[in-house]
Amino acid sequence: MEDIKIRTERLNLYYGKNHALKNVTVRIRRQAVTALIGPSGCGKSTFLKTLNRMNDLSGNVRIAGEVYLDGKNIYGPGVDVSKLRQKVGMVFQEPNPFPMSIYDNVAYGPRVHGMKDRTALDRIVEDSLKGAAIWDEVKERLNKSALGLSGGQKQRLCIARAMAVGPEVLLMDEPTSALDPVSTAKVEELMKELRKKNYTVVVVTHNMQQAARVSDDTVFFLMGEAVEAGSTYNLFSGPKDKRTADYIQGRFG
Amino acid sequence: MKAYVVINGYMFYKYLRICTKRNGSGEKLWKGMLHMRYIISESYNNGYKNTKKNPYRSHYQGCHVIGRRSRAEIVESVAEAVFTSCAFCSVLVVASMTLYMVANGLPAVFQVGLKEILLSSIWEPVAKEPSFGIGYVVLTSVAGTAMAVIIGVPPALLTAIFLAEVAPGKLAAVVRAAIELLAGIPSVIYGMIGMLILNPCIYRLERFIFAGSSGHRFTGGANLLSAVLVLAVMIMPTVINISETAIRAVPGQLKASSYALGASRVQTIFGVILPAAKPGIATAVVLGVGRALGEAMAVSLVSGGVVNVPLPFHSVRLLTTALVSEMGYAAGLHRQVLFTVGLVLFVFIVLVNLALNRILKEKEGQDG
Repeated sequence: MEDIKIRTERLNLYYGKNHALKNVTVRIRRQAVTALIGPSGCGKSTFLKTLNRMNDLSGNVRIAGEVYLDGKNIYGPGVDVSKLRQKVGMVFQEPNPFPMSIYDNVAYGPRVHGMKDRTALDRIVEDSLKGAAIWDEVKERLNKSALGLSGGQKQRLCIARAMAVGPEVLLMDEPTSALDPVSTAKVEELMKELRKKNYTVVVVTHNMQQAARVSDDTVFFLMGEAVEAGSTYNLFSGPKDKRTADYIQGRFG
Repeated sequence: MKAYVVINGYMFYKYLRICTKRNGSGEKLWKGMLHMRYIISESYNNGYKNTKKNPYRSHYQGCHVIGRRSRAEIVESVAEAVFTSCAFCSVLVVASMTLYMVANGLPAVFQVGLKEILLSSIWEPVAKEPSFGIGYVVLTSVAGTAMAVIIGVPPALLTAIFLAEVAPGKLAAVVRAAIELLAGIPSVIYGMIGMLILNPCIYRLERFIFAGSSGHRFTGGANLLSAVLVLAVMIMPTVINISETAIRAVPGQLKASSYALGASRVQTIFGVILPAAKPGIATAVVLGVGRALGEAMAVSLVSGGVVNVPLPFHSVRLLTTALVSEMGYAAGLHRQVLFTVGLVLFVFIVLVNLALNRILKEKEGQDG
């Protein structure tokens, strides 16, 4: 029996009349990196957002079906969304640190959840920055504005910021598509590190080489459907569905 | 921008010089149309002769036509000339106003003395031995503006947050329309409403607070407090509009990041959105200061109009109301000092604008 962290059951999502996710049933393994691939507009980012209920923020969205985190339906009654998002963190496409100091960026999450103790905050900030492999680059200037960092540093800071609230799952929405190759390599390295540190990582990417490089499992999305899922090696070496094969061979998307 | 105006101003000037070149016999010729259609050599020694071999042979005496402009080029140059002259006009107006204010405001300063005018608090312009101290007037303007900003900005900011972040679309549209209307109401109407509604209320408050006090001079509600309240309301539309724009301009991903960390809406607003919108909000506040400082009509109706220490229940006179109420009958030195009052107000507004420019420049630096 595989160890499943997140499981969706017949998940459907509508933007108004647009049926964006169709009966998506996917299993995401604990402490593994799962890549979501597919052409633009296939629903992979939308799917990612359902995993920590970020879709709640946009109006005009209707969701049917279930998403289980550790066996508990996150769309069920009595779910504390704030607690959920503490457990399931998110990193976005554009590196987007808050317009404040590097320290305050990382400390923002813990503070939001009520932590005031200065020494504990110091420790969390240091641990998170180390975890995101950026501590050595910024330890001398923690009180400087985060907006002065380079693009790659900003993105790793955002990962540190997401790690600071102690999540179990990290969702990444094309985290390297706005970065140069060197920064991309660093962030990819970081993803592998995160898995070793017992994080469950779900990453959306439109870059198949990236999926092949960093992920253990891959899910292929097309037109709102999860067409095929499996271990990355199997999916890339022997796709079962013709559409998956077409996509991997670069016939579309 | 400044450099652009200067350079184009110079080019326009040069263009006019070319167009109005004198011909051989010293007669001034307006060749504007000719210059637009043809390219005319300024020099006689460029090799072209006014002969039949030259395909662009001039029809005018004393000109050497060496080329022809296309229609598009003509439109281009005419448009540029129009833009440039318009830009030049506004610069000219500002420059001449500054010059005029300084030229008319300074003589009284030399006559009475800068210290005497700015620091003395006795304003008796029509007494036998007149005294022209505008210390209290300046102080009242500054204090009144500061209080109006302190009272008006927080609710305006909360309204802006409400409009940009909280209110559902339709409600926001209604509230926004109301606020735009508020911005468009003539200031004298604010003054009238202040007289009719605010002053009696403040008078009641005054009687309550100073009941039995012998030293207080009752103002009937026409005092600094009323003026401040009216100003606070008047600056609100400006502050609301500009802060709302600034709050709306905060990138959606920044908000999403905050929510993704588990922050609530209120935490996101005060923790991320307001810090991110800070330069825009600062702009809004500075513009509000400018509006409050320059407001004359409404304030003159509700402030009482006695030169006095700026305390809430004192009738007061501000820089603007001094001008409004005294310009009509002032003569001689009194009139000149009023121009000095105007100059002081002008300097304040210039300072406010410099502050604004500074903020905008910093904002630009941050964005880039």
